[in-house]
Amino acid sequence: MDVLGEGIADALRLLVTGDSGTCQITLLTLRVSATATLVALAAGLPLGALVALRRFPGRRIALAAANTGMGMPPVVMGLFVTVLLWRSGPLGAFGLLYTPTAMIIAQAAIATPVVTALVAAALQQVDPDFGTQMAALGATRLRAFGALLVEARLPLLAAGMAGFGAVVSEVGAAMMVGGNIEGQTRVLTTAAVLATSRGEFALAIAFGMVLLGLAFAVNLGLTLAAQRRSTQPRAAR
Amino acid sequence: MKRRSPHPLLLLLATLGLVAAACGSPGQAAGPGDERSLILATTTSTQDSGLLEELLPAFTADTGWQVKPIAVGTGQALELGRRGEVDVLLVHAPPAEKKLVATGTTGRRLLVMHNDFVLVGPATDPAGIRDEAAADALGGIAGARQLFVSRGDDSGTEKKELALWEQAGISPSGGWYQSTGQGMAATLRVASEKRGYTLTDRATFLALRDTLDLEVLVEGDPGLLNPYHVIEMTTAAGDSVREEGAAAFADWLVSARAQKIIAGFGVREYGRPLFVPDAGKSVSELTS
Repeated sequence: MDVLGEGIADALRLLVTGDSGTCQITLLTLRVSATATLVALAAGLPLGALVALRRFPGRRIALAAANTGMGMPPVVMGLFVTVLLWRSGPLGAFGLLYTPTAMIIAQAAIATPVVTALVAAALQQVDPDFGTQMAALGATRLRAFGALLVEARLPLLAAGMAGFGAVVSEVGAAMMVGGNIEGQTRVLTTAAVLATSRGEFALAIAFGMVLLGLAFAVNLGLTLAAQRRSTQPRAAR
Repeated sequence: MKRRSPHPLLLLLATLGLVAAACGSPGQAAGPGDERSLILATTTSTQDSGLLEELLPAFTADTGWQVKPIAVGTGQALELGRRGEVDVLLVHAPPAEKKLVATGTTGRRLLVMHNDFVLVGPATDPAGIRDEAAADALGGIAGARQLFVSRGDDSGTEKKELALWEQAGISPSGGWYQSTGQGMAATLRVASEKRGYTLTDRATFLALRDTLDLEVLVEGDPGLLNPYHVIEMTTAAGDSVREEGAAAFADWLVSARAQKIIAGFGVREYGRPLFVPDAGKSVSELTS
């Protein structure tokens, strides 16, 4: 049981001393997962809005597909991306396998269904009369859509956080498409797996603690920002 | 005028910026120039033991070639080589390696080093196999129906294990024979927790010994030798294979400098080397 205590002490030591290896791994984790989340938001927001707000044939199937995608095992997505990026694969000419870019592609593919499904759910939650009201007020479609996004900002933020949470914590795809190469594609999750297989349990737990701290810092910042925006206007009025 | 507290998002950015600053260097990993970068497929044992981390920086310093090491089971490493997905292999499964060479997609195949396999198990040794010959020991485990944990991942170690079972005239199956499908370290961990026997390369076992409840029970059988070869892939395997990089890596691994690193690896920590350098020898000259 000493391992847990040692791990936490190790985590603090790594953080306080600014251990260069850990820092580099942490920053790469943040860069890859944040970029992947942004890409997923860029794709998932319009897709989710489309599925939630427009009526078109196959809409329910698209929604079911997005909901299924939420449960897509990262390792399966990792395998698809690996095969696509192989030198002999369709995108092989770009030489992307075992680079951070490959990890971003795989993680964005993992997060996009999550974001899409949650965005769709968030927008469907809003009072169906909302659009009618906005139209009655003379808003253009674009303005109405903007107002809808503001109205649903908390669940939309939750969608972004869920996407980030899904990718920052996954290890299967990161290991497969990144290769866990020291200094290049080693992120906190794959570093923890390697430390475990080397029997360095305290170090593995330390990486886990750093990962938790990182996820908490990001989510705390986003949550505070959202809560503030949702309470402040009322206070000002 | 009312003072506004700073926006939380700004705080978040500032915190992350501080982390980045504390790290001293910009967060960007030094991306290798694609010009002189090669992909090495190798076995989990070279990574889990820590040997790669000694060898690769020295190779890069000497030759300017960046290496992306992908540590997988030998079966997958050979398959990645055959498909031309990687440039060079460092593997330990001679019969399977010879099959790959026979496909005509490889360049040179050179002996780099060896260590040996050992049969490990609980100190109480419920099957009573201590100091027996390898095949007899496996026969004893099967006879006593004691738990044996297999890699089951088509690795070099599993290939060796299956060859030993065949030698013992047994096709292992049943509840006492369990397969993890994982790397050596994970499999050792399972064997330790479940008080089972397993076959392991000595390097990984020594590196993890302190965290395991296992002992070496069978060693020194000539059938337990574990030679590692470097295999160059050629453009016959795939158009993108970097033959020049593969040749540089193979040449370097059998050079005096690399062989010296291998000979010294692990001496300080374990009191004995984990691998024996063998450049220029043939497998038939090896003794453990």
